[in-house]
Amino acid sequence: MAGIPHDHYEPKSGPEKWVHSRLPVIGLLYDTIMIPTPKNLNWMWIWGIILTFCLVMQIVTGIVLVMHYTPHVDMAFASVEHIMRDVNGGFMLRYLHANGASLFFLAVYLHIFRGLYYGSYKAPREITWIIGMIIYLLMMATGFMGYVLPWGQMSFWGATVITGLFGAIPWIGESLQVWLLGGPAVDNATLNRFFSLHYLLPFVIAGLVAVHIWAFHSTGNNNPTGVEVRRTSKEDAAKDTLPFWPYFVLKDLFALAVILAVFFAIVGFMPNYLGHPDNYIEANPLATPAHIVPEWYFLPFYAILRAFTADVWLVQFLHWLTGGIIDAKFFGVLAMFGAIAVMALVPWLDTSRTRSGRYRPMFKWWFALLALDFVILMWVGAQTPTNLTGWISLIAAAYWFGYFLVILPLLGVIEKPTTPPATIEDDFEAHYGSKSHPAE
Amino acid sequence: MFRKLPLSALAALALTAGAATAQEHESAEIHDVDFSFEGPFGAFDENQLQRGLKVYTEVCAACHGLRYVPIRTLGDDGGPGLPEDQVRAFSGRFEVFDAALDDYRAATPNDHFPGSALSNAPDLSLMAKSRAAFHGPAGTGINQLLKGIGGPEYITAILTSYTGETREQAGVTYYENTAFSTGWIAMPPPLAGEDLEFDDGHSNELHHEAEDVAAFLMWAAEPKLMARKHAGLVAVIFLVLLSVLLYLTNKRIWKPVKYKTESV
Repeated sequence: MAGIPHDHYEPKSGPEKWVHSRLPVIGLLYDTIMIPTPKNLNWMWIWGIILTFCLVMQIVTGIVLVMHYTPHVDMAFASVEHIMRDVNGGFMLRYLHANGASLFFLAVYLHIFRGLYYGSYKAPREITWIIGMIIYLLMMATGFMGYVLPWGQMSFWGATVITGLFGAIPWIGESLQVWLLGGPAVDNATLNRFFSLHYLLPFVIAGLVAVHIWAFHSTGNNNPTGVEVRRTSKEDAAKDTLPFWPYFVLKDLFALAVILAVFFAIVGFMPNYLGHPDNYIEANPLATPAHIVPEWYFLPFYAILRAFTADVWLVQFLHWLTGGIIDAKFFGVLAMFGAIAVMALVPWLDTSRTRSGRYRPMFKWWFALLALDFVILMWVGAQTPTNLTGWISLIAAAYWFGYFLVILPLLGVIEKPTTPPATIEDDFEAHYGSKSHPAE
Repeated sequence: MFRKLPLSALAALALTAGAATAQEHESAEIHDVDFSFEGPFGAFDENQLQRGLKVYTEVCAACHGLRYVPIRTLGDDGGPGLPEDQVRAFSGRFEVFDAALDDYRAATPNDHFPGSALSNAPDLSLMAKSRAAFHGPAGTGINQLLKGIGGPEYITAILTSYTGETREQAGVTYYENTAFSTGWIAMPPPLAGEDLEFDDGHSNELHHEAEDVAAFLMWAAEPKLMARKHAGLVAVIFLVLLSVLLYLTNKRIWKPVKYKTESV
């Protein structure tokens, strides 16, 4: 495997050699855990471990929850109450799983924004980025289907609204929607297939996570300077890096413990804060809730979906241009998926040759505005639509696309980046080294 | 690291903004009640739950049900804590349908409370968790961090906010209630104050009765609340200690690398 030069595993004893010559699994584990890692990584590089932990936690709690859950429209809601009341520790399992989804998405958003700021998506890490985006899409699908399983009011009506989006696709939409639901409306067939997929997709994610890690272990980690590790020799590489074990394992575990302390405080003291009260009412196809809202982690993209109403001139223009094929609803669907697509294409939209945002004076401000834009979209996605929120969501959605499609390509041309340090070692020494060499 | 703090702060803000999903009508007047079970160290007041049970049984149960609540849990720790013989005697008040007998029989502690007797009276098992209040400011939901989600407060407010006005519409009488989203509710005022005597001699003023039954319904909706808070507290203490140990370990491991204490 190409990569940063470092010491590889050498079997010493007889049994080790016996295993190694047949299946070099110990060597694989050793090389993975001892991977040379840039020594200047900051605290935004901890989210990968948090995400890995979340995936394992969701799979473990989920497997036990399935042992007590009944995927049937007449029994699902009651079986969740059975878990909450009768199953030993069932209330903790369910609250860990439900809030675990929130931690998972919080971590993935910070992880993605870390990558966007430090240019982790740029060559040669495009494949790592694309796989990450696929994982994120699968996470959204898994989270959405999992939210349907308790069969509460928001489960049912959320599923109705979101699958209705597919119905907006011209010509094939309605047949596609029926095919997805397994019938004309959200019903037992829908619940069963969502249950099946909700169990399957996390294992697909686990497989893709392995590929994601494989990809960046080949290219090496990015780091806050965006400067590559020197690969000229093992000695040079060692000046820029430290082995993952024990330096980064302990750093990441420390961060994980701090984050879990906050997480367990939420699970223990306010586990329903991030949920929706309506989901404690059993699904009723005859009673539509006053206000159907997705979970918080979908809100930014839900806001983009709702932003493009029929009175937006761009929508009207496209409606006229396509002879009515693209209406406001379909445009909204395209915009929502497009918002994720432009993010996935960022390796080719960002024209700047400077990788890290730390050395890009103009980019910094546009990036900060993007982060703020994301928060505004999240807020506006939860609000009852009014004239004002309509304008806010339209402007915020426009900025999201503007950032990726206009600002990033232009910035690479007009911006004058500052000079990054020559090596990672220089960056690290600038932070710590001088203190140990006073006036030498 | 501190350069990235604003980003983390933004994310935290985003999380709370996202929580503001519920959009009840803000015109509804719901006031915060200082319930004993709120906060990390909050606990149910056994006497209050028993009083609330009495209000529920003698008033609410005439129309409403608690179909998800097993009667035996009245004797559980962290609940009303009735002695076993009282739970058994209490269960005998209800009749349940037994499919094996194909007939009704007296309920036993292993049966659930009956469902609603009136078809338009909602089941109350989860009422305290399926209602909310305190969505502000500006729909951010930050108030819920300070006051709680607001389900028991909502129940208290509904029970105490009748104005006495009524109106008829299509043969149904509606009662004006300032806490209800539309202002007019189909439920006649269930409590008037001094509806019943409590065994512990506690005040039976209207707002006391309302708070007691709201607390009881919170227990009915979340019977493991105290076990959950205890588990959360143990986990947080353990994780804080672990964080300190890992911080010190991490610092010690990195020290020679950062400050070259060994090589220089």
